[in-house]
Amino acid sequence: MAQTSLGATSRIIRWIDHRLPFVAMLQRELYDYPTPRNLSYWWNFGSLSGIMLVVMIVTGIFLAMQYTPHADLAFDSVERIMRDVDWGWMLRYAHMNGASMFFALVYIHLFRGLYYGSYKQPRELLWILGVIILILMIMTAFMGYVLPWGQMSYWAATVITNLFSAIPLIGQSIVTFLWGGFTVGNPTLNRFYALHYLLPFVILAVVLLHLIALHRFGSNNPLGIDKRGPQDTLPFHPYFTIKDLFGLAVFLLIYSFFVFYAPNFLGSSDNYIPANPMQTPNHIVPEWYLLPYYAILRSVPNKLLGVILAFGSIFLMFLVPWLDTSPVRSARFRPVYKWVFWLLVIDVIALGWVGANPPEGLVVTVGQIATLYYFVHFLILFPVIGKLERPRPLPASIAAAVLQSGGGTGLGAAGAPVAKP
Amino acid sequence: MKKLLLPALALIASVLAPLSTHAEAAPSPPHQEWSFNGIFGTYDRAAAQRGFQVYKEVCSACHPVKHLYFRDLAELGYNEDEVKAIASTYQVTNEEPNDQGQMFQRSARPSDPIPGPFPNDQAARAANNGALPPDLSMIVKARDGGPDYVYSILTGYKDPPAGFNLLPGMNYNEYFPGHQIAMPPPLSDNAVTFADGTSATVPQMAHDVVTFLTWAAEPNLEPRHRTGFKVMMFLIVMAGIFYAAKRKIWAAAH
Repeated sequence: MAQTSLGATSRIIRWIDHRLPFVAMLQRELYDYPTPRNLSYWWNFGSLSGIMLVVMIVTGIFLAMQYTPHADLAFDSVERIMRDVDWGWMLRYAHMNGASMFFALVYIHLFRGLYYGSYKQPRELLWILGVIILILMIMTAFMGYVLPWGQMSYWAATVITNLFSAIPLIGQSIVTFLWGGFTVGNPTLNRFYALHYLLPFVILAVVLLHLIALHRFGSNNPLGIDKRGPQDTLPFHPYFTIKDLFGLAVFLLIYSFFVFYAPNFLGSSDNYIPANPMQTPNHIVPEWYLLPYYAILRSVPNKLLGVILAFGSIFLMFLVPWLDTSPVRSARFRPVYKWVFWLLVIDVIALGWVGANPPEGLVVTVGQIATLYYFVHFLILFPVIGKLERPRPLPASIAAAVLQSGGGTGLGAAGAPVAKP
Repeated sequence: MKKLLLPALALIASVLAPLSTHAEAAPSPPHQEWSFNGIFGTYDRAAAQRGFQVYKEVCSACHPVKHLYFRDLAELGYNEDEVKAIASTYQVTNEEPNDQGQMFQRSARPSDPIPGPFPNDQAARAANNGALPPDLSMIVKARDGGPDYVYSILTGYKDPPAGFNLLPGMNYNEYFPGHQIAMPPPLSDNAVTFADGTSATVPQMAHDVVTFLTWAAEPNLEPRHRTGFKVMMFLIVMAGIFYAAKRKIWAAAH
């Protein structure tokens, strides 16, 4: 068992592996790991997200060495990083834009899962772990956004923590408890800093669980059918290591463009004004990746209900494996769901637009319709379409489908439409 | 490819969305030509030095540049002696008391922050009809529209349109949200005399001082642009190599 091709050449590695089969594990999970041969580039986003998490942790640790978590000093300490710390501007811009990139990657990853039914039996727990990661990411990003202690930091902290005041009876006490005082202040900043440093490592742990659950059955694939044997798979290395590396280089190009040429494009100019409890910004908007939730929150005239729906829109994701009643995974073979999926994409973008704009006139109407559709999509359309839809026949095997679609480039073969067998 | 397009557009749309919002109706500031625009953009040193002169002789009467140190001015092309000379024209309070325990004034050194006009915000308000002149070292990054906005404010003073209810002590500015700005028109032709003979018109001074203020807000723009270019070139080459390797490795797999 300890005999591995990676370690076979070295007696030392064989000695270690006999006692701690680490190299054997790498061999099994990163080298031989049988992966569906038809994965498209949409399957790059998981590993990219993982790499992004590491980038965030590394840049974050170095920023933490220079940052001062105190209400009177935080803003200036961030500026000092930007001006006087060697490469501080790059660390900070990489971290700041990295948050946006991380969410963009994870959202694409999530919608990939929704399109190809990656949450279905036997991958329900894999999906649920993913939703937990998303929730932890939202918490981490929110608390990180507070740390520079600019105007938007301060007021975002005020607005979001105040959501808990909607809870009947104990709401106000909970808010005071979260703040560590009677307003957002230094104790709030301190605890957010502590948690912002802690949560990424919790995310890392859940990511490991996510990977363990993933490797139990392996990746889903664009056809959504199970792999039946070696003819359906390719070893992870070199086929998918090189594919992931190419994807990584392309992603880093986009990321670098933001870091070096448009570092403040995704942020709010208000956050370059020091926090001022006496002056509220004209309108308070969260970062782009939280806008849809914010839109749902504001679309409901009742505060408590708005809070419930905004949180519910995320927690609903836990139920997706059971709300979708279709036995077919991939939307490719689901003639109705295939289109409904894009309605959800449009709906979420509409919610993002609503969240970014002051709630007046058309914005309110669009927000309410989009909020309604979001819940109808998951709670009604998901189960109903699954029952009524007549799926197209599935191909006999991955290998058969790949051979049928012929050769060509990686993109072509992986993304090619599959003829009905 | 078609499948990639839609989510890509979605991402771009959701990213652009916040830009379309502005709290109050003010025309969006027209775009100006800036030396620091574009991926090879750098600061025009002559303009930035003239801009520093405008700041020093006009703006600094009310506005501080809290995040700037005298030593930073070396980046604008002043040599060490010039920086020392500029610093020595300012008086600052020493950080530590002297041997007798008394705080004392001394002339500034390059390692000192550039002192502002007022000891604290209350003093600034008291001298300005209750309005607080904002710190200018971050102003370009702290306003939507950045340098174009600041330029437009400096050049956007007009007579109020008929029927406009201008509050006492306020001034009409086309580009300021709500059009009522407490700051009186700061620039007038020949308010400063440039040593290099550049004619000190209001648009010229506004352009120069905005160049200076953009540098003040983003002093590392030049190394950022230079590093970015190297990084992008490296990544383009790596992407090409990885893609070629991917094609070769996968050639037999389809």
